[in-house]
Amino acid sequence: MSAHVPVHVHGSWRRPGPATRRLGLTVAGLALAIGATFVLEPYRAYQVAIVAAYLCATAGLTLLVGRGGQLSLGHAALMAAGAYGFGLSSNALSAAGASGAVRLVVPLAAGVLAAAALGALLGAAGARLRGPYLAGLTLAVVVAVPAITSTFSRTLGGDRGLWIEIERRPDALRPWVGAEQWQAWVAITAAALVLLVLGNLASGSAGRQIAAVRDDEAAARLAGIDVTRVKVVSFTLSAAAAGLGGAVLAYVTQIANPGAYSLVFSLFLVVAVVIGGLGSLAGAFWGALLLVALPEATTSIAETLPVSPTLAQRLEGNLALLVFGLLLIVLMIVAPRGIHGALARARGALRRRWSARGPAPAPAPVPEGAAARAPTTG
Amino acid sequence: MDHFLHLLSSGLARGAVFAVFALALVLIWRAARIVNFAQGAMAAATTYVAFAVTTATGSYWLGLGAAVLGGAALGFAVERGVMRHVAGRSPLNSVIVALGVVMVLQAVLGIAFGNDYKPMAVPFSMEPLWVAGTPLLSPYDLYVLGAVAVLLVAFGLLFTRTSVGLRMRAAAFAPETSRLLGVPVSRMLTLGWALSAAVGALAAVLVIPTELGLNPHATDTLFVYAFTVAIVGGLDSPVGAALGGLAVGVLLSMVTGYLGSTLAPIAVLALLVVVLIARPSGIFSARQVRQA
Repeated sequence: MSAHVPVHVHGSWRRPGPATRRLGLTVAGLALAIGATFVLEPYRAYQVAIVAAYLCATAGLTLLVGRGGQLSLGHAALMAAGAYGFGLSSNALSAAGASGAVRLVVPLAAGVLAAAALGALLGAAGARLRGPYLAGLTLAVVVAVPAITSTFSRTLGGDRGLWIEIERRPDALRPWVGAEQWQAWVAITAAALVLLVLGNLASGSAGRQIAAVRDDEAAARLAGIDVTRVKVVSFTLSAAAAGLGGAVLAYVTQIANPGAYSLVFSLFLVVAVVIGGLGSLAGAFWGALLLVALPEATTSIAETLPVSPTLAQRLEGNLALLVFGLLLIVLMIVAPRGIHGALARARGALRRRWSARGPAPAPAPVPEGAAARAPTTG
Repeated sequence: MDHFLHLLSSGLARGAVFAVFALALVLIWRAARIVNFAQGAMAAATTYVAFAVTTATGSYWLGLGAAVLGGAALGFAVERGVMRHVAGRSPLNSVIVALGVVMVLQAVLGIAFGNDYKPMAVPFSMEPLWVAGTPLLSPYDLYVLGAVAVLLVAFGLLFTRTSVGLRMRAAAFAPETSRLLGVPVSRMLTLGWALSAAVGALAAVLVIPTELGLNPHATDTLFVYAFTVAIVGGLDSPVGAALGGLAVGVLLSMVTGYLGSTLAPIAVLALLVVVLIARPSGIFSARQVRQA
């Protein structure tokens, strides 16, 4: 994958630099998504908010796994840290009589900080570990979430969860903007912020350092990279993004409960980033979309099947799990670069066919074979 | 003091099961350099096999046998059908594919049996026996300890005294050389998976009826405990797995007995973090660096 880092020509005044272009793209996407909420029904706007919340988490996870080579099965726990951080501070501010933007921004920041702190701890423990060891450690964290919430049930609400007093939309907007629509705006803005920060980071020198550490630690160390620092920082950033996702989810659903951040949900996040294509922020979007769309589709399929009510109920809970599991196995064997990789490959093939028809003679068959084989690395 | 002795002895009994489950992880690690994240779900599936057979025939022992045979078959199927196709790529890929197997198995179990808890019968009483006025092990605990001891001795003999065991060790440690010397390396790998899954199946049938309860997600915590045992003991060391299993079993028993059962997963997490930070190569392992 490292061989495909695009080379940008710096110093050219006619084309904007990649950072400016990314900012422009993000602002355009933000405006488009916010505009779209005006034509959506309230339930669809709610779903848009959920997708945006998931996108925060999948964007952080895809960079951690795809670029950093660090597999975390604990991102649901990090989202839970964000959700509880949001809930506790939002409730505390409400009890203190605060209202207005403070009661939205401070809890969101508290969620990010809570997840980042947990992420820094895990990153420090995981900095000496690789692959299966880090995965096992993060798995232990996510399995311990229900135990933690019931141990501190007086603060965290135990199995039933923590109800959250939230700041609703500003009064001035009330005539024009629905409640779900406003929540979608908050969620979309958060996701855009995450994409902007992580996108700039991944394409800059920090991204190259992270990839260098993944590919060869000894070589990275020789090149003067502080391997431990890079690993801890990338895990912390990924955790912060997941924490923002959890905080936004808590804002949208007004509850933080352990059942929502189970091991199965953590596995769903991994599936989402694998389906989207490991390391790709665009893929993180596809994955987040699928996490909302597929369970809904399988539920409606289960409802239409002519089976007994018991079986229908069992299918409803498990069909999405089955489809995601099969997708994960098949994709990892057949197309490890996911949807985004498949799209990129299709685009490349089209372009090659196009240029073969053009005036310039097609290149010798050697580069085509090399290009077709290269993406399977990493 | 009575309470302490009771917790210690029952902790050893449950630790023996963790040791066996961790041994199954160590078997695959030594054969293929893979931590089998699907082992928990595979063991849950075979425990449902035991449940179904025992319900149909009324015999606990037929159920136990069916679970062990089913485990071997499932290990064979997972290795040939799935894991073989990602071998040799990045270690992350094999972990992720194993997670796919977890999801498929849990979904199939949920669809076939439902997500609610199923009651499982055990062949011996779980009431502790009283020795000199102190409650110690129950007959079921003694049965578990006996089964584990037989299994460990059998594995020791298999790996040190038989030619199949020698070939399996050779295939795991020097695949290229073994192939040159005529060892069917790929078949040995499949055999390792089948053996490991059978061992995992036995451990799950022993422990699920007593404390976890039969449910498609019952083995999630069991896997975490076994992973912790393997890390404490060192993934390369079967003896480490046995000792680590007993240590983790006693720790869990003490935490549950004195502080409450909800704290058990937190105690295991704390132990895992401490060992990974202080001694990442495992307490009983001689290897230096923990890198896959």
